[in-house]
Amino acid sequence: MTTRTKNGMGTPALEQIYGKNVARTAKRARAKLVMTNGEKRAGWGSYLVLSIALLAFLFPLYYAVSIASQNSTDTQYGVRSLIPGTGLMKNLALAFEDINFWQALGGTTIVTLTVSVSTVFFSTLAGFAFAKLRFKGRNLLLTLVVATMTIPQQLTVVPMYIMTTKVGLYGSLLAVIIPGLVGAFGVFWMTQYLEDALPYELIEAGRVDGASMGRIFVSIALPAAKPAASMLFLFTFIGSWTSYFWPMLILGPNKNSMLTVAASALKGAHFTDYTLIMSGVILTAIPLLVVFVFTGRQLVSGIMAGAVKG
Amino acid sequence: MSEKQQASVASSGRFAVFSYKATPYLYVAPFFILFLVVGLFPLLFTVWVAMRNYNTITGDSGWAVCGAVCGTRDQSLVGNFQWVLHQRDFWMAMRNTVSIFLLSSVPQIIAAVFIAWVLNANLKAKTFWRMGVLLPYVIAPSACGIIFSQIFSDKSGAFNVLLQTIGLAPIAWHADTLASHIAIATIVNFRWTGYNSLILLAAMQAIPTDLIEAAVVDGAGKARTFFSVTLPLLKPTLIFVILNSTIGGLQIFDEVQMFNNGTGAAGGANNQFLTVSLYLYNLGFNKVTIGESNIGRAAAVAWLLFLVIVLVAVVNFSITRKLADAETRGKKRMQKKAQ
Repeated sequence: MTTRTKNGMGTPALEQIYGKNVARTAKRARAKLVMTNGEKRAGWGSYLVLSIALLAFLFPLYYAVSIASQNSTDTQYGVRSLIPGTGLMKNLALAFEDINFWQALGGTTIVTLTVSVSTVFFSTLAGFAFAKLRFKGRNLLLTLVVATMTIPQQLTVVPMYIMTTKVGLYGSLLAVIIPGLVGAFGVFWMTQYLEDALPYELIEAGRVDGASMGRIFVSIALPAAKPAASMLFLFTFIGSWTSYFWPMLILGPNKNSMLTVAASALKGAHFTDYTLIMSGVILTAIPLLVVFVFTGRQLVSGIMAGAVKG
Repeated sequence: MSEKQQASVASSGRFAVFSYKATPYLYVAPFFILFLVVGLFPLLFTVWVAMRNYNTITGDSGWAVCGAVCGTRDQSLVGNFQWVLHQRDFWMAMRNTVSIFLLSSVPQIIAAVFIAWVLNANLKAKTFWRMGVLLPYVIAPSACGIIFSQIFSDKSGAFNVLLQTIGLAPIAWHADTLASHIAIATIVNFRWTGYNSLILLAAMQAIPTDLIEAAVVDGAGKARTFFSVTLPLLKPTLIFVILNSTIGGLQIFDEVQMFNNGTGAAGGANNQFLTVSLYLYNLGFNKVTIGESNIGRAAAVAWLLFLVIVLVAVVNFSITRKLADAETRGKKRMQKKAQ
């Protein structure tokens, strides 16, 4: 690609005369020049578009709060529901009792933390082996990992339900935890990351010093894996926290043992009283919204770095 | 390290060699053991269940029988499949799923590219805007379903109130087939547009600035630069995003189940927004009758759904590859011209 500005010579000419470094510097300087001329300061149009998008994303949350704050329990909310009422705290308290909030929060927390910690640990372990250790069948096994990422959940739901019931775990949190302990995406993600982030020299140095494999993993691989591991943790956390289909199916009558299932069960129990149902929805959304406030920055950079689940 | 381990390491180099050779397998073992239990075995088991007369409560009772709908009482390996393919609801669910999928993925990807393009400008408070578009991602799909079931309430939802305020007739967002598909697609778009726009934003930032610079120098305007330089270079990422939304979109369940208002069938009074996953759930777990092959038929539905997902993925892939081929040919032609 020839780069040529209006005044001055093209990069190839610069390269011939002054050498590669000068050409590269000139190219960069010009790129900067164009950026500052053409793209410096986004216009008000950009802010307008983004503001509209943001309002559209916020409106459903506002509407949920608005419904949850109505005093009357009739179903004809109409225009009134766009204007918040005064009953928010009362309704939240009712829903709090109804879904047994602490139990549901506790259940979701146990499931989510166990699944996230376990996924990160075992994914890093396997990722380290795939990325940095040579062993027979490595390529075949890695291909298998990638292949398993394409299996849709619905395909294994029926047999998993039968198996879970047979071993007597129907209704138990363990039934939600076990299938999530480690996943193909995590292994693949950690493998990719460690391939670049962990130099062979470090491992060799560890070996020369007489460190065992376990020692090398703990002292060398784990610290190197930290950035990717924390991303994996965050995304597994959110995925597990917001999951509904499998928990709903397998928790059966124990609806109050996880938040998403508890909130949805309110709908079955009070199908016309949306002040209560929306209060339940808000209660279950709040913990993750709090997490979002503190980790949103990392989530953004995680998605932009490719930490996305297939 | 324990004394015993120390002793063994010191005494035999052979143990050390073995340990170095065995560790990699030890490290990948947890994943593969779990995969064996919750992945591979269920996969094989589901083939078996799909061929059997399998009741959710009473269990396995021989090979599947299609029964009255096929006019046969004979046992057959494909009895469950035959039964499912004879159900009007199944085809209804297929149609709805594909319709909702198209209504959600196409506008969503266009909107995501647009938002990414806007986010790629030199904005003040970059992180704020990026976090802003990601906000819906932390709301559970089931919760989104409940909220939007009210926004799109037929009687007095926010949308209809708005329409009536500006003098338009309200829309039956639940009762009408197409309207309900649009409403459900909106739930999906709400949660995933911002997320996908961040993936696309990353891809846009990876485009070398000298390519954009060259276009600008050549006198291309903003729109021209976008369509002739940015968009073609986004293709690998677009394929990834589209494939992702295909696999997820065709399995849609949470949003749809929660979209249903009040009592009655979860896919709407006339199954107007019943999806394949919802149909699978109703068949296998929700409306269980003793003596019927409920879960066997549900397994058959799962395989049919998988088939459709693979089919759509292959079609996607071949279309994009054709487009890529056409582009390479175009590039070659341009190179020839340049020579």
